[in-house]
Amino acid sequence: MPLIKIRDLHFNRGDRAIFEGVNIDIYRGKITAIMGPSGTGKTTLLRLIGGQLRPDRGTIEVDGQDVHKLSRSELYELRKRMGMLFQSGALLTDITVFENVAFPLREHTELPESMIRDLVLMKLQAVGLRNARDLMPAELSGGMARRAALARAITLDPMMVMYDEPFAGQDPISMGTIVNLIHRMNESMGLTSIIVSHDVIETTEIADVIYLLSGGKVIETGSPVQLKRSSSPWVQQFMQGLPDGPVPFHYPGASLAEELLNREGEA
Amino acid sequence: MIEVIQNLGRWGLGHIEWLGRGNIFLFRVLGGLPSLFLRFPLVIQQLHSVGVLSLMLILIAGLFVGMVLGLQGYNTLVDFGAEESLGVMVSLSLVRELGPVVCALLFAGRAGSALTAEIGLMKSTEQLSGMEMMAVDPIRRIIAPRFLAGIISMPLLAAVFSAVGIMGGFLVGHGLLGVDDGAFWSQMQVKTDWYDDVLNGVIKSVVFGFVVSWIALFEGYDATPTSEGIGRATTRTVVHSAFAILGLDFVLTALMFGEE
Repeated sequence: MPLIKIRDLHFNRGDRAIFEGVNIDIYRGKITAIMGPSGTGKTTLLRLIGGQLRPDRGTIEVDGQDVHKLSRSELYELRKRMGMLFQSGALLTDITVFENVAFPLREHTELPESMIRDLVLMKLQAVGLRNARDLMPAELSGGMARRAALARAITLDPMMVMYDEPFAGQDPISMGTIVNLIHRMNESMGLTSIIVSHDVIETTEIADVIYLLSGGKVIETGSPVQLKRSSSPWVQQFMQGLPDGPVPFHYPGASLAEELLNREGEA
Repeated sequence: MIEVIQNLGRWGLGHIEWLGRGNIFLFRVLGGLPSLFLRFPLVIQQLHSVGVLSLMLILIAGLFVGMVLGLQGYNTLVDFGAEESLGVMVSLSLVRELGPVVCALLFAGRAGSALTAEIGLMKSTEQLSGMEMMAVDPIRRIIAPRFLAGIISMPLLAAVFSAVGIMGGFLVGHGLLGVDDGAFWSQMQVKTDWYDDVLNGVIKSVVFGFVVSWIALFEGYDATPTSEGIGRATTRTVVHSAFAILGLDFVLTALMFGEE
């Protein structure tokens, strides 16, 4: 039975349809990647799973609970078992790295200070930032901020972690570190990981299953190997990063010839 | 023509929706206040950044306002041979009106705009969203302590403003213009009523603290999470707060002193 079951998901932003009947199953212990071009609503999907947004139609079940039928307190209880890594890291800027990682523990537990210290140091050790604990978020590089945020996301030992574009804007070393961390944590902590990304190489390296989204629908699903062998020209364009294909290079509209010929008429 | 009506309708609906959001926000903040009794250190932190950091501005502004009142009051009163009533004039002007009103306007400019920018930036950097995903309600954890700190700080700052202003008036009246100090203080004590003047002034400043904090925090929370959006929200905080303070001042003055 999947940990997350998304059925017939419809979501509109204003007049624009973001999802039109999306079905996704995310299985326990696996790394599932949600991929697709920018603007396909990948981050929106994570916010829907986390209950920060409400779908127009359809259901999202997490661990057997319909996220959007829960009361506020039930939703907050569920969120304690979900970790989320935001693209920006979303660290609290007025407290140190240590305090950021300790934040969920201080908010949700009555643990003594010595135990909080030990737990935080262990989480920071896991992401390689134990010695950076006294730094402020503004003093961290982008990659370090994301690792610190990752340590915070796993502080309460969640059952799952959602990663929002974890590889975006990282240098090759940071990228390698984060790929390795996600993979290692998934195995050692028995996590279920959901990665939202459009970085094909890094994602295919660690994902067990990939869902490709476009135009509000799931276009293709399968293992990275299956997707690379897909006969769909759209999938091939995305996986190989080709500039033109089923997704045109030019924004849809009148052709250049039409524009040039019409110029006199417009003037 | 139809387009004008459409735009008018859209504008009206937009504003009603905005008011609705503002009120829902306020109810959520008020709902979060009781939990602060268990976490009062959060409020103390905010009392420092909202109140203590505004203190220097309030002290300097209060002193100058009081000195100007002393000068202007003396020039008017001396024509009637009533310059010994300068103390009464200065104290009543400050305690009833200028203390709460000018202090609230300064508070909106100093602390209100800072609150809006802070909350707006927390929103744009996903700190508020991040907190929600950590099962921590940002309204209770971030907004409510700042709101309570604003309400507590405002009457205290207004009291400091009035006190320093009276000292400024005395410095000019007695030190510069030679008004008898005994008359200055004794007339002030006799004519300034604890309930009618001081308490009403305190009530005004509590109301202003409530409204300015509400506007500032809501504008930050409701801001479009871009640099332009936060800039606009900060401007709106100062402008809306100024209108609200001056409008409410008239209403409160009419209610408190209208029958005299």
